[in-house]
Amino acid sequence: MAADPVIRLRGIRNQFGPAVVHDDLDLDLYRGEVLGVVGGSGTGKSVLLRCIAGLRPPQAGQIEIFGQDALNCSEASRREIDARMGVMFQDGALFSSLTVRENVEVPMKNIKGLDAGLRRELADLKISMSGLPYAAGGKSPSELSGGMRKRAGLARALALDPEIVFLDEPTAGLDPIGASAFDELIKALSESLGLTVFLVTHDLDTLHATCDRIAVLAEKRVMYTGTMADMLHVEHPWVHEYFHGPRARAAIDTLERTN
Amino acid sequence: MIRAMAYLAAPQMNALRVNLTLATGNPIPYTEIRFPEDIRNVSSTATPDASDMQLPGAEQGHLVQRGDGWSLQGNCTIRALPALKPALDRLAGQNITLSLSELSRLDTAGAYALESLRQRLERSGGSLSLRDVQPDHGALIDRVAQAMPKPETSPKKPMRLTDMLELIGRAVAGSGRFLLELHAMLGLFLARLFSFLRHPGQFRLTALVHHCDQVGWKAVPIVALMSFLIGVVLAFQGAVQLRQFGAEIFVVDLIAISILRELGILLTAIIVAGRTASSFTAAIGSMKMREEIDAMQTLAIDPATVLFVPRILALLITLPILGLIANVSGLFGGAMMAWIELGISPGMFLTRLLEDTSPRHVLVGFVKAPVFALIIGIIGCHAGMGVGGNAESLGRQTSSAVVRSIFAVIVAAALFSVFFALMDI
Repeated sequence: MAADPVIRLRGIRNQFGPAVVHDDLDLDLYRGEVLGVVGGSGTGKSVLLRCIAGLRPPQAGQIEIFGQDALNCSEASRREIDARMGVMFQDGALFSSLTVRENVEVPMKNIKGLDAGLRRELADLKISMSGLPYAAGGKSPSELSGGMRKRAGLARALALDPEIVFLDEPTAGLDPIGASAFDELIKALSESLGLTVFLVTHDLDTLHATCDRIAVLAEKRVMYTGTMADMLHVEHPWVHEYFHGPRARAAIDTLERTN
Repeated sequence: MIRAMAYLAAPQMNALRVNLTLATGNPIPYTEIRFPEDIRNVSSTATPDASDMQLPGAEQGHLVQRGDGWSLQGNCTIRALPALKPALDRLAGQNITLSLSELSRLDTAGAYALESLRQRLERSGGSLSLRDVQPDHGALIDRVAQAMPKPETSPKKPMRLTDMLELIGRAVAGSGRFLLELHAMLGLFLARLFSFLRHPGQFRLTALVHHCDQVGWKAVPIVALMSFLIGVVLAFQGAVQLRQFGAEIFVVDLIAISILRELGILLTAIIVAGRTASSFTAAIGSMKMREEIDAMQTLAIDPATVLFVPRILALLITLPILGLIANVSGLFGGAMMAWIELGISPGMFLTRLLEDTSPRHVLVGFVKAPVFALIIGIIGCHAGMGVGGNAESLGRQTSSAVVRSIFAVIVAAALFSVFFALMDI
């Protein structure tokens, strides 16, 4: 992995009224890696994701995406950046009035000259690549289970083959089998499509299974970054508790057994 | 345009400075144009002609014949595909070899195009062999090949006469069931209301006051204004017509009877239906959507007691009051217009009103108010309970609650009108 940051955050400050969520936060995301972002509830993991995805400008700081200043650029170049990124929201955030297939087709409608037949075929391909059965394409989001909605959300996020994908709690609310299948899906897609993944999660199994690097959010900034093995040696009480708690041990044990 | 021309002129440059001069002659200082990485990659393998000049960020790919095989050059991505697909579709033959050594970018859409080309050739008895595939492209093509969607088409049956009859039958039965459900809702409301007589402690007075405020007090300005304007319009139109007969004074009777008997209460009910039926549906519907109503049932709280009774009762109490306000402000509007337009002084208006208009008109008007209130409240609450699990059904139910309640109010008004006419009241 070359040191080629596709996203560079410097001195990010986010606050809601008097409540400061991030202060002087620095983070790099390198090309081709899967970065897991962890932190306690309320440490602003999702806020950080929304901040990079351009949904919420930070109060201070710099965001560089693909080497461009993402905060002070023209609207056109922001759109160009957005076209190279995909976001999967927590519950899929599918458009409820459209079928799953139409949902996946939405981003493709911006491509000039792409005829409806090919667009439909490509949407079917994305649906199948995200592990949904063919019949799911014709259903409306409300007819799908939570796990299938997440897969459909991933299919839409991947519709234009983005370089960076943001996943907000991809395995929350899934049963263990569904969750580990989703972990494998993320891993497989990130390898074969060369994706860079920014993954917000609470799920230790997901961290073990998919992430190349982990960033820990605490005390309003990124306290530590490193691999899973590095995290086990961090002294910080919260990080220690997180990676050495009963659930973490169980996750590590399972991983060691399977290896 | 300028970017594209500059790009044609200097395809290998990273950036160039162009001194632009507008038609007005004002020179614009240096404009720096940067080419994204992609466009330089494309330009080295493919030169677009003037007819398809591309904006920066656009991608192109080309299919070129090389000896006995073909070669794919440039980009094979979703953006390049619209231009590339026809060329790929024209490829035919027994054994096609396609070299990917000059391919710079491939995405899933491009891999899909290659894979569907392979499938098409194999169906017609031929084959496709890819040569010089770069490892990451190969991995992607394999991944897409595994995931190729297999359509499961269910044959669509043609619509037959029996199917159409079935649809009509279902619609009729559905509307019958709807009416039945409304009666069930009315029954539920009355049953809960009477059970309060036995257990007054269960009654939610705070909720009732809150809903009276929402339904009644907050609607006063719009109801008063609307009714005032209706009075003005009636007086004005009546004056124009009655003046021809020298019967201007009868404008008082016209205003009084039409407002007191029909319009005051009907228009109030229509406004309230639009305001309140929708808010009942939205409030109850969003609670239904977030499973709050299911939670109430598991906590042994009766949704009818907590949600329906205070709302419908608030309507029952406030709609007659709103009707009274509408009547007064309608008469006031009419009297003002009669004074300005016909010179009928307020004193004369009042005398004429009290002498000539029987109080039974007021009574005929007010008798309808509780019926309208029940119709609006029950349709609103029923529609709220019909909301499913998604936001779309909430919107659909809200608008149908408004349409249905206004329609039902007008139908009820028509029935009352016929009834009173037959009874000579």
